[in-house]
Amino acid sequence: MSDLPNYTFKDFASDQEVRWCPGCGDYVILRAMQKALPMMGRRKEEFVFVSGIGCSSRFPYYMETYGFHGIHGRAPAIATGVKLANPKLSVWVITGDGDGLAIGGNHMIHAIRRNVDLNIVLFNNKIYGLTKGQFSPTSDIGQKTKSSPYGNTQPPFNFGELVMGSAGQFYARVPDNNPNDMADIFVAAEKHQGTSVVEVLQNCVIFNDGAFDAVVDKSVREDMLLYLKHGEKMLFGKEKSKGVRFNGRQLEAVTLGENGITEADILVHDATDPNPSMHFMLTQLQYPLPVGIVRSVEVPTFEERVAVQVKNLKERSKYKKVDDLLFSGETYQV
Amino acid sequence: MFDDGQTVVDDQATSKIKLDHVVIRFAGDSGDGMQLTGSQFSDTSAMLGNDIATFPNYPAEIRAPEGSIYGVSGFQVHIGEVEISTPGDDVDVLVAMNPAALKTNHSAVQAGKMIIVDVDEFTAKNLTKAGYAQNPLEDGSLGSHVIIKAPITQLSREAIKDIGLDNTSMNRTRNMFALGMVFWMFSRPLDYTIKFLEKKFGHKPNIFEANVKVLKAGYHYAETLELLPSAFTVLPAKMTGGTYRIIMGNTAIAWGLLAAAEKSGKQLFLGSYPITPASDILHELSEHQHFGVVTFQAEDEIAGIGSAIGAAFAGDLAITTTSGPGLALKSEAIGLAVMTELPLVIVDVQRGGPSTGLPTKTEQADLLQAMYGRNGECPVIVVAPSSPANCFDFAYEASRLALEHMTPVILLSDGYIANGSAPWRIRSMADMPPITPARSPEPGAEWMPYLRDPQSLARQWALPGTPGFEHRIGGLEKEDMTGHISYDPENHEHMVKLRAEKVQRVENYIPELQVDGAESGDLLVVGWGGTYGSLLTAVKSLHEEGRSIGLAHFNYLNPMPRNTREVLSRFKKIAVCELNLGQFATLLRSKFPEFQYLQFNKVQGLPFTVLELNNHFLHLLAKP
Repeated sequence: MSDLPNYTFKDFASDQEVRWCPGCGDYVILRAMQKALPMMGRRKEEFVFVSGIGCSSRFPYYMETYGFHGIHGRAPAIATGVKLANPKLSVWVITGDGDGLAIGGNHMIHAIRRNVDLNIVLFNNKIYGLTKGQFSPTSDIGQKTKSSPYGNTQPPFNFGELVMGSAGQFYARVPDNNPNDMADIFVAAEKHQGTSVVEVLQNCVIFNDGAFDAVVDKSVREDMLLYLKHGEKMLFGKEKSKGVRFNGRQLEAVTLGENGITEADILVHDATDPNPSMHFMLTQLQYPLPVGIVRSVEVPTFEERVAVQVKNLKERSKYKKVDDLLFSGETYQV
Repeated sequence: MFDDGQTVVDDQATSKIKLDHVVIRFAGDSGDGMQLTGSQFSDTSAMLGNDIATFPNYPAEIRAPEGSIYGVSGFQVHIGEVEISTPGDDVDVLVAMNPAALKTNHSAVQAGKMIIVDVDEFTAKNLTKAGYAQNPLEDGSLGSHVIIKAPITQLSREAIKDIGLDNTSMNRTRNMFALGMVFWMFSRPLDYTIKFLEKKFGHKPNIFEANVKVLKAGYHYAETLELLPSAFTVLPAKMTGGTYRIIMGNTAIAWGLLAAAEKSGKQLFLGSYPITPASDILHELSEHQHFGVVTFQAEDEIAGIGSAIGAAFAGDLAITTTSGPGLALKSEAIGLAVMTELPLVIVDVQRGGPSTGLPTKTEQADLLQAMYGRNGECPVIVVAPSSPANCFDFAYEASRLALEHMTPVILLSDGYIANGSAPWRIRSMADMPPITPARSPEPGAEWMPYLRDPQSLARQWALPGTPGFEHRIGGLEKEDMTGHISYDPENHEHMVKLRAEKVQRVENYIPELQVDGAESGDLLVVGWGGTYGSLLTAVKSLHEEGRSIGLAHFNYLNPMPRNTREVLSRFKKIAVCELNLGQFATLLRSKFPEFQYLQFNKVQGLPFTVLELNNHFLHLLAKP
């Protein structure tokens, strides 16, 4: 693409005033996306951002690209139609934990199952923001919200598990205070052929402030997060003195040098393993919490399968024009 | 043996009775192949130049228990040398394959008409299952019908005893015996059906051979049987010259959509979820992916329309197909398409409601849902085909209106015309009117997402992938022209009125309402959609008898034709006839309150019969 303009993030900022609350994690995601798009080697007019309803879903209005602000939960369905109508487009779904996992849960799992080449970014803040503070499908047991004043009694979804259970081929998790990694992950998601799912751990300053602080705050994150890198050992901690091993039953955090643990015991991350068992265990691991690209496996996309079928049928079919069909088979003269 | 409605001519040369039309109904277990038998008879008749109309009537259960009342499946064929507009009211010949089929169908057979039964199936067990205390063939309870007690099972098995089929396979050929009998009675040739059987069973030579043998056995049985009172001939109908084919309403809708896509140069996209009785449109379009059609079977009704809206945004001719309950699920998304002003065709093949209702039966009770069943002020174009064949025209027309006016269009078909078939004089693509989709902005032009055509008010359609026209649209209220989010009170009211005005102006782009029969006078019969055949038959016959009666049948329901008020004003009385409790009458009352509307309604999951319409109209004409 030699004629590709030299885009900067400014080329992707629309003239609309951003209306999220001051300090909202969404600002970081917006900036990371505007930074990532120029790195994707695509023309501006090829990007389409589709969203549902909720704070996250205002996102397309702030991007100087094609955008469609849909209805609650239905963004994956709308985006699927956009992609099937024009497979050359880079189609993004912007959603949240309420939009994507409650009202839109059905569309989410089926989009992932089909492996349409969509890039789905789910802003998970474990709360409903736009409707002002009810618990969501990712809220913790016991979480006090406006609709659970005595504590939430509904067990949450772990979104990573849900993606694996839906036969997802690309899943990454990233906290909202790490814009550089986030931009890289967006680029990787775009490059991946098939449904790419990115879960952003996003802080809601108003209704669920500090929801992820215990693991993502700058003061603790080196010790609490496992930064996954394909082909590298699963080491974590400021000194990289800790790691993750498989003890024959499950994953566990261990310290090098203790109980005879050496680097040889530490797992090497393989994001491209077609067998999702290890990726499934990684999505379940709570300490350390894995971030980065958990799984990235290339299998044929839905639209590729459709295109192959249509191509074969076109070559084989005796009907070239609609007239051929209308006058085909049993006709008679009067 | 025929009443006044039919012309009976004794033809010396053939010693067969000629008549201008006849109604035959095949009834049996839902596994007995009655739909196939009926359609073979109607197709063969159409090939001979008869006009035909058919009406399949089948249960929702795919294979209900054998011999049960609720498992009875029927297929009615009306053939004639006169123009045929309905599948007929009264049955001239009923073929009943078992006691349950007789029980559920014999009331449709008028006195003196013929009933053929498979007498072998009238066993004590089957009689009990059908709820007969005694054998109706023996106790005289059937009245004055001509009953043909044919040992169909026994003779079918006898004919193929040397082929070596198992019991089940042998019994499955019985429908061919009945078909053979009826073929002989109406002087139909067997070759069309034999060709069909070869195609269907060619890969199973013994099944093919068995079916042909039984078909011929039935034919020869009828020929030699003295019990048959006479044979009939129905002469070819006088129809407009041209190339014809038999087409079902659902197929015609699918083909009309294909034609619209080709004419407009747009890719056809169907997002759909299976639902009776609309699924055949999904099946038919899935067969034709070689035209570049994308058919997407979604996870639910909402994803069906959601994907179609996405495809419309990306520039396709986008369709979603459904039936009543599915239309309810799509309501919110239709509002989104209204707000984003995107072209979209929503096909609703109406069935009995509410809720799951009567999935396999017909009704016209979704009209007000189509008109008003959404949150907010949310107008869409509503059109309705009126026969299996003109489903083609109105699928095409719905697509044209959507693409040219940038708005959703609801196409209200129904189970009756969707599954009914009729001869269709094939349109060639050259004869179809042009379709000019809303313009895309010129490169480099000053442009805003809600810039409109000054006449039609359709907005321009800028497609993702086009440089320079990146824009955002969605379900929030739009500022006029720019399309930015706006909460301004004045702007909201302005936009609400603008969207309504856009749909209203479509009246300038559709034909005027025509009246069949009297142009003015005593009684105007008003109908819409799939009831056309019955209404026309009734009105025409009364008009030919010299009554002052006309029919205004609506295909365009929103907006209505420009001359609607003028047509309504030409008659003393107006009777609105519909298969619901008066939804179109309600609509007319609100739009044209200066007239009085009488109603004739039926909500039984069945079409109008011509007889009941005739009687009602005579009653209205007689009253001062």
